[in-house]
Amino acid sequence: MDSPKAAPRARPLSPHLQIYRPVLSMVMSIVHRITGAALYGGTALVAIWLVSAASGPSAFAMAQTVYGSIIGQLILFLYTWTLIHHALGGVRHLIWDTGRGFELQQREFLYRLTLGGSITLTIVVWIAALLLRGA
Amino acid sequence: MVQLTLPKNSRVTEGKTWPKPSAGNVTPFKVYRWNPDDGQNPRVDTFYVDRDDCGPMVLDGLNWIKSKVDSTLAYRRSCREGICGSCAMNIDGVNTLACTKGMDDCASGGTVKIYPLPHMPVIKDLVPDLTQFYAQHASIEPWLKTDTRAPGAEWKQSREDREKLDGLYECILCACCSTSCPSYWWNGDRYLGPAALLQAYRWLIDSRDERTGERLDDLEDPFKLYRCHTIMNCANACPKGLNPAKAIAEIKSMMVQRKF
Repeated sequence: MDSPKAAPRARPLSPHLQIYRPVLSMVMSIVHRITGAALYGGTALVAIWLVSAASGPSAFAMAQTVYGSIIGQLILFLYTWTLIHHALGGVRHLIWDTGRGFELQQREFLYRLTLGGSITLTIVVWIAALLLRGA
Repeated sequence: MVQLTLPKNSRVTEGKTWPKPSAGNVTPFKVYRWNPDDGQNPRVDTFYVDRDDCGPMVLDGLNWIKSKVDSTLAYRRSCREGICGSCAMNIDGVNTLACTKGMDDCASGGTVKIYPLPHMPVIKDLVPDLTQFYAQHASIEPWLKTDTRAPGAEWKQSREDREKLDGLYECILCACCSTSCPSYWWNGDRYLGPAALLQAYRWLIDSRDERTGERLDDLEDPFKLYRCHTIMNCANACPKGLNPAKAIAEIKSMMVQRKF
């Protein structure tokens, strides 16, 4: 080095999430994370419901009213899907942990199975629940 | 650490639109540019490539731009046939080699969008700094390690054992997989990434290597290996059709099995 150089300008970071195409593999992984985090809230809903039941008839009636409202039902519906989707995603990861299901077609099949399964099962659970309540 | 947005000096701005040739068969190229000398933020330039004067691949288009429109455009290239791994970049939203990606295979409405490999320090335009990537590859010590005395001729291997290396030895270290991995984006300083781990498995599974235990000890780390969350972007991106995600799963499985 014969002459001292000027301090180099800080290198920029190349774009990542901003430009990467949202391929199914990445989207399913992100959704698995989000549903996993959302389950904290869902579990709290169950805990609140149980605590209200333990606290006495008036508290329980209050919880039932809130959970039975349209918004409450909607949140519970989403919670059902979140729980089932995350559970099925867990099964998918369990299959991968055995070293199976890594080929392209198998991967795509597992993603579709998880997504289709979680939506179908959620609807089945709710139809069953509504029928049981009506009966 | 997870940082979803780009730092201030890395935000991409609208760039220059270069003149359109009068030819009828023209494909627009949107190309990431950054010049270390002008003190500006990165920008995206628009070029128009004359398809009648140029080959079918994205790399042909870049070469055409460099020779006919703007000779300052910087990118790595060498073999132009998918074996050197130099021209790895993000094309049409997915990491791949410019030389094996056809312009007509770019889905986004006929426009070819080109960025450097994601979440990497940029040296200039489409040239990322791969220093750390290579250092990670070196850290897994990608060579045969033995304790027994070397045979007079070559180390022998059965056909079956040799077959275990198929799908592993073909890696050209282009970095498409590692830089497609969100886990590598957020923890690239401590997580080895799919490319280095694929090579780690290549030596773990080699019947001639005698340091399997030592190699596993080195990978037994919450970050080096276990930041892989089976996101699978690596396997989707690999231009050689390899499956780093599967190799990583095999390493995890070896970790469990050696405990019994």
